[in-house]
Amino acid sequence: MEIITEYGFVFMVLAVIFGLYMTWGIGANDVANAMGTSVGSRAITVKQAILIAAVFEFAGAFIAGGNVTSTIRKGIVDPSGIAGQPEILVFGMLAALLAAGIWLMIASSRGWPVSTTHSIVGALIGFAIAGIGPDAVHWGKIGFILASWVISPALGGFLAYMLMMSIRKFILDTDSPFESARQWGPFYVFLLGFIISLVTLFKGLKHLKLELSVPLSFLTAVVFGLIIASIGWMLIRRVKVDPEADRDYHFASVEKIFVPMMIFSACSMAFAHGSNDVANGIGPLAAVVSVVKSGGEMAQQSALPLWILVLGGGGIVVGLATMGYRVMGTIGTRITQLTPTRGFSAELAAAATVVLASRTGLPVSTTHILVGAVIGVGLARGVGAIDLRVIGGIIVSWVVTLPAGGILAALIFFMLKGMFG
Amino acid sequence: MSNGITLSRLFGKSPFAALQAHMIVVLECAREVKPLIEALARGDEARVMEAKDRIFEREAEADRIKNELRLHLPKSLFMPVDRRDLLEVLHLQDTIANTAQDIAGLLIERQMRIPEFMHEPLIALTARCIDTCEHSASVIAELDELLAMGFRGREVDKVDAMLKELNDIEDETDELGVVLTRALFDHEDEMKPVSVMMWYRLIEWIGDLADYAEKVGDRLRLLIAK
Repeated sequence: MEIITEYGFVFMVLAVIFGLYMTWGIGANDVANAMGTSVGSRAITVKQAILIAAVFEFAGAFIAGGNVTSTIRKGIVDPSGIAGQPEILVFGMLAALLAAGIWLMIASSRGWPVSTTHSIVGALIGFAIAGIGPDAVHWGKIGFILASWVISPALGGFLAYMLMMSIRKFILDTDSPFESARQWGPFYVFLLGFIISLVTLFKGLKHLKLELSVPLSFLTAVVFGLIIASIGWMLIRRVKVDPEADRDYHFASVEKIFVPMMIFSACSMAFAHGSNDVANGIGPLAAVVSVVKSGGEMAQQSALPLWILVLGGGGIVVGLATMGYRVMGTIGTRITQLTPTRGFSAELAAAATVVLASRTGLPVSTTHILVGAVIGVGLARGVGAIDLRVIGGIIVSWVVTLPAGGILAALIFFMLKGMFG
Repeated sequence: MSNGITLSRLFGKSPFAALQAHMIVVLECAREVKPLIEALARGDEARVMEAKDRIFEREAEADRIKNELRLHLPKSLFMPVDRRDLLEVLHLQDTIANTAQDIAGLLIERQMRIPEFMHEPLIALTARCIDTCEHSASVIAELDELLAMGFRGREVDKVDAMLKELNDIEDETDELGVVLTRALFDHEDEMKPVSVMMWYRLIEWIGDLADYAEKVGDRLRLLIAK
């Protein structure tokens, strides 16, 4: 207990620094994937993508980032075995943050497709086992999280497949695809706004002191969907047929209609990403702050302070603006096979899946879900060539990341314990 | 920056874009057979060599694209079509260019002079065979649209109709070939026996341009049906 009173401020500062480092890394690495699709189809420029990301990553973290943060903060490690030693939890959370950050740095420099989510979860488990004991891990919850890492990309793929099929049925396979696209385009935008806002609103705004009843959630989602659908309708109306391009590729004008629609899917991806991934950085930070502020109380009943969400959102934006934009440019030029109709399907499917996971409090990998969604489009026979070696890489990175993050976290934990304890 | 490029690593090079690029070069190669034969009939040496050089140059370019596509088609690629069918279409396309090169080679190496009676039917046959190639290339150009539609629906009907037309044009080239063969038979006694043999072979090869063009279409049908 004395350690907390003595070094409380130091711990807070360390937690903020490590947390910022993590969120900065998330912004530098992950966001590019989330939005690269829209950049690749030239719906938005890299600069616009950064602007959109700045607003919507932040909004996602702030409005819908609470549940996953809560899971990372108190859903994985059970501190009841260290009653009276709150500093153990503080060391552990600091160690987990630093370990995940270091592991990500190593993996990135080697070019491994490692997920921030997996790193932090692995690190938390590692600390819990080493610092408290195997019983201190909520294995049931871990089971759910692991299952979600398999299920979420599959769900993303399924949704993307269905969306692609519906776009074909209602738009491409009609007498006048361009006219059909003009009619159905706003509907898809509505669907996007409706799903994302419904999942977010549905009993999801407690931390903002805003609890909507079920009918009111639906009503708000419908209204929100209609608002952005009408913005979409105005943008779509301005798209003209391009006979020159159509001669070469008959669906060129249809694709042009989906270009403004990809602005919306980019926004929803940024929102979804913010809502899920910000937790990786600020969950442990929130845990440290809670323990220190309460003078050693580990129950963590206090609500998540808003300034921490703000900090997390800000870290992501800074990461994107300093490093992430370069990656985004690279992706943009490399994924030209993902035309606007395909990109829209993949992004909407991925965003919906991620937001659903965020709402449920499950930390998932946005990148892996997007990969799943693209494969879903491919299963609908819609992509020329998908390199399945990436999936192998992803699976290997899972298997390696959990123990690597865990061992690193354990080492750093004992180091911190030695330094302060 | 690994996470950042996970997504871009997911995409292989589109085999369809390469297949289409290959077909365009093959078509440019086949097209030159007509000016070659016309120039030969006129006795325009300079134009003959020009057409021959162009055929050889285009054939080499087609080979280059073919090899590059084959190199970039690892088995780990997940494609909406069967890999073997795709490679078979590529092979058949390439055979068109090879045939054009064989035709040019034979005509020039043996310094063949086109007998007067053959001028018109030979040029007619050549033109129609090249039409078949043009048509086949326009079917290959539909691959983007087929991909957008997931190889289903109206687009497949459209391609089916184009393939039917392709078969019809190829049938016409067979008839033109028969007409030319008969004319050659009638004049056999006036010509050197070896020349006669070579002309039969050449007529066959020109017909092969259309044959392979048709086979490209037929194989594409299998590709769609997967």
